[in-house]
Amino acid sequence: MIIEALIGVTFLAALVVMLAPDEYAGKLAFALSLLPVAGSLWMWAGFDAGGNALMAGSIAYQTQLDWLTVAGYDLQWFVGVDGISLPLVVLSTVLSSLAIVSAWTPIDTRQSQFYGLMLFMEANLLGVFTALDFFLWFVFWEAVLVPMYFLIGVWGGPRRKYAAIKFFVYTNIASLVMFIGFMALVFNLPVSSFGLPEITQALQAGKLSGFVGLDPATLKLAAFTAMFAGFAVKVPIVPFHTWLPDAHVEAPTPVSVMLAGVLLKMGTYALLRFNFTMLPDVATRPLVATVIAAVAVVSVIYGAMLALAQQDLKRIVAYSSVSSMGYVILGLIAYTGLGIGGATFQMVAHGLISGLMFMAVGVIYNVTHTRMVGDMSGMADRMPVTVGILVAGAFGYMGLPLMAGFAAEYFIFQGAFASTVIPSAPLFTAASMFGIVIVAGYLLFAMQRTLFGEFSLETDYEVRRAHFHDVAPLAVLLLCTIALGVAPNIFFEMITDAIEPVVAVVGGGA
Amino acid sequence: MEPALLQADQLPTWTALAPVLALAVTGLLLLVIDSIDPNDTRPTLLAGVGTVGALAALGLAGWFLSAGTGQPSTNGAITLYGDALIVDGMTLFFQALFASVTALVVVASYDYLRGRAYQAEFYALMLFAATGMALMAAANSLAVAFVALELASLPSYALVAFLKRDTGSVEAGLKYFLIGALSSAVFAFGISLVYAATGSLLLPDVYEALAGDLTGLTGVAGVGILMVAGGFAFKTASVPFHFWAPEAYEGAPAPVSGFLSSASKAAGFAVAFRVFVTGFPLEAGVDWVLLFQVLAVVTMTLGNFAAATQEEVKRMLAYSSIGHAGYALIGLAAFTGAAGGDVLGASMAHLLVYGFMNTGAFLFVALAEHWGVGRTFDDYAGLASKAPVASVAMSVFMFSLAGLPPFGGFFSKYFLFMGAVDAGFWWLAAVGAVNSALSLFYYSRVVKALWLDDAVSEFELGSTPTALYAAVVFAALATVLLLPGFGPVIETAQSAAAAIVP
Repeated sequence: MIIEALIGVTFLAALVVMLAPDEYAGKLAFALSLLPVAGSLWMWAGFDAGGNALMAGSIAYQTQLDWLTVAGYDLQWFVGVDGISLPLVVLSTVLSSLAIVSAWTPIDTRQSQFYGLMLFMEANLLGVFTALDFFLWFVFWEAVLVPMYFLIGVWGGPRRKYAAIKFFVYTNIASLVMFIGFMALVFNLPVSSFGLPEITQALQAGKLSGFVGLDPATLKLAAFTAMFAGFAVKVPIVPFHTWLPDAHVEAPTPVSVMLAGVLLKMGTYALLRFNFTMLPDVATRPLVATVIAAVAVVSVIYGAMLALAQQDLKRIVAYSSVSSMGYVILGLIAYTGLGIGGATFQMVAHGLISGLMFMAVGVIYNVTHTRMVGDMSGMADRMPVTVGILVAGAFGYMGLPLMAGFAAEYFIFQGAFASTVIPSAPLFTAASMFGIVIVAGYLLFAMQRTLFGEFSLETDYEVRRAHFHDVAPLAVLLLCTIALGVAPNIFFEMITDAIEPVVAVVGGGA
Repeated sequence: MEPALLQADQLPTWTALAPVLALAVTGLLLLVIDSIDPNDTRPTLLAGVGTVGALAALGLAGWFLSAGTGQPSTNGAITLYGDALIVDGMTLFFQALFASVTALVVVASYDYLRGRAYQAEFYALMLFAATGMALMAAANSLAVAFVALELASLPSYALVAFLKRDTGSVEAGLKYFLIGALSSAVFAFGISLVYAATGSLLLPDVYEALAGDLTGLTGVAGVGILMVAGGFAFKTASVPFHFWAPEAYEGAPAPVSGFLSSASKAAGFAVAFRVFVTGFPLEAGVDWVLLFQVLAVVTMTLGNFAAATQEEVKRMLAYSSIGHAGYALIGLAAFTGAAGGDVLGASMAHLLVYGFMNTGAFLFVALAEHWGVGRTFDDYAGLASKAPVASVAMSVFMFSLAGLPPFGGFFSKYFLFMGAVDAGFWWLAAVGAVNSALSLFYYSRVVKALWLDDAVSEFELGSTPTALYAAVVFAALATVLLLPGFGPVIETAQSAAAAIVP
């Protein structure tokens, strides 16, 4: 019942905040958002699942109720968590609370609507990560789009309408493609419900039948392609990434934090759950694996190169997300314990670090009103704490040991190197490692120009230190990043436990 | 026919028509009130009586549905007056739909009509139109179908032209009437041809005659069926008899547009479903499924593309309602005989959800007209900052019409497309899905205008019309609640549909 309570309380909080007066909305939203944080931590404390939820593992906090029946298929309210979803649930609640605090300074119009939508989005995100029935999952998945559309479109920058529509149309068409691909699978399986575990197990038992002249293998390939394309937009993977920089640059800081920190993970989470868990035999075909690995490496390198070419701090961070998500894809296709485990760990690590970076850039923007690298220098002089945390976060991004990013990327490289699924895996791995060099290049370059040296910024007001409530979420995120870097097993153990069955299916090894 | 008693409550059979009677009596009562007090000084009384009548019809239909009247769980369908009328699950389902829409529209009209003359006539006409629709759902004979269709249509012509000092309204009424008269003629001629070929007007007899040996009259029957389909195309605003719809919906008072595009369209489908499924056997050499496949594809595509190019919200909604007629036609287009109940039921459920979301959208337009906001997308800019609650409701309608998951419209469309896939017509579902995805473009334009765009000019909204607001909010609530509560709706619809498949 705890999952229902978690989602229900968050929905209720959204409603309450929506109706609250603007002056108190921010504080109230933060206070209420602590409830889901406490709930998710409590779930973590009592977590007792083992194995993968989709592959006959034991599911924690499971509820399964019939909702309705469509032409012989049961739709259910079916929720629960395993070692893959729990870390993402915790990430969602924590990051939402911090993002709400970071909105106190920049959001100065229609606050109650803003915070209400943030909480509404959080509730749906929790649904995405806990739903184990396809329909239920899809309802939450699509419902996330609606608040995001408004958050970008109403409170965004000058080109916010274009960015909001682009985001909405891109991801919605992608969802449709994915939906059709998945339906094509379900219709040809002898299953009685849309429960993801049942579908996964039927698929792996080879019960798929052909469809309008396609034999099962071709149908699987077609469905895999449709689903991959659909999720690739969400992740995003080059060449489906063009909505991301627009959305990020126009979105207000707290919304960017949620977008990079949690929404992108919806895509990688779904890839892991659907494509890589349900259809491992397609993913491990040499051609498919090569294409995916190549796309991953291109995302890593091309994303980093794009970041290198930017002048806008937020664009830099946005493009570097494309690069980081490339690592996740590489880890997933490696099909080794460390590869998939590292990819899942990277989802959490990148959620924390990119959230930190976006927030720090936002704090600087709040006082400078510019994000252009060329417009400022020596910010360390005026905002020592913020800049200190930003630098620490940037090093985390580059993969400094004892930070979460290092652990994640190390696992991924190690796992990808040993992969038996990707042909000539060491080559791909080595190529992707160059991404790190480029990341270090653009981050160091941008920091050197903006943060250090003599202070200069053309303003007609005194540049002051940031508020305590602006810096505090940064510090919390930094602490989490370090904690995960020092002791990755906080999450990595349960992740490994949950992904082991996935790896075992293809015999990918540790 | 043995007069079957109602199992659940042991009432005489004629009471199965209670929902129709409730609507008819309310209409008459309104005329009586008007003749006693002809000056329309009591709009509250008039609207109140109309609402109570519509709600009573809804309550009766709902009660009968749950009690099992006319359904397989009791004695099966109840036929009356020499089999000319039939009351079964489908009849009651559609009657509940018409009554809900009528109630919403009557409530909304209370504010919309404030200060106008001839209010009693307005409400009376609306209830008579609703009576005709309720009768259409109960028609078991082609003659009754024709008469009921006219009973629903004639008041509608007057309602469209209700704003008689407004040239748009009058022009719309005239166009609607001319095309309506033409299609009635086509329909009547079709009926006479079917009668010539089969020798009967009662649907079960027609079915038997067509399924038997026609001795050279197949051609006559075929032309007759084609012309009957033309009559339904008019009532449901489907291609090729659709072009009255944008004019009529745009010119008519917005509550009337909502009434016509939801209830009247559904009534057309109610009678089309029954006539084609129970009257015209597929094996008789007339492949009407193919006809409806062509109509469905053309109607949904044309409606969607035309909607995408509109600059006025009301006109966009008019074209979108043509597109939705195309979706609902899938119920007949993917009909495969014995197993066709599922897709037919999905179509009925879609019409029910559509009844709420589309009526709600038109009522929002009525709200905008009440405030004197303009008609185009640009005129709606920034409305959300003045009227947040109504704007949330309108956003719900738009997203639901587009078929986004968190709302009722997602499930109803999904079941419809899935029914088509199940029946083997996956290409029909694919065309529907692509159209549905495209439709998001023009629906989201309204949401964008409401919430994202800044108001072009300062405007004051003035009064808050409570009744209109209540109707809009109620329709939005229903649209949202039809997502979790879709189970009973689809089950009722599919079992009702399965019961009529011969």
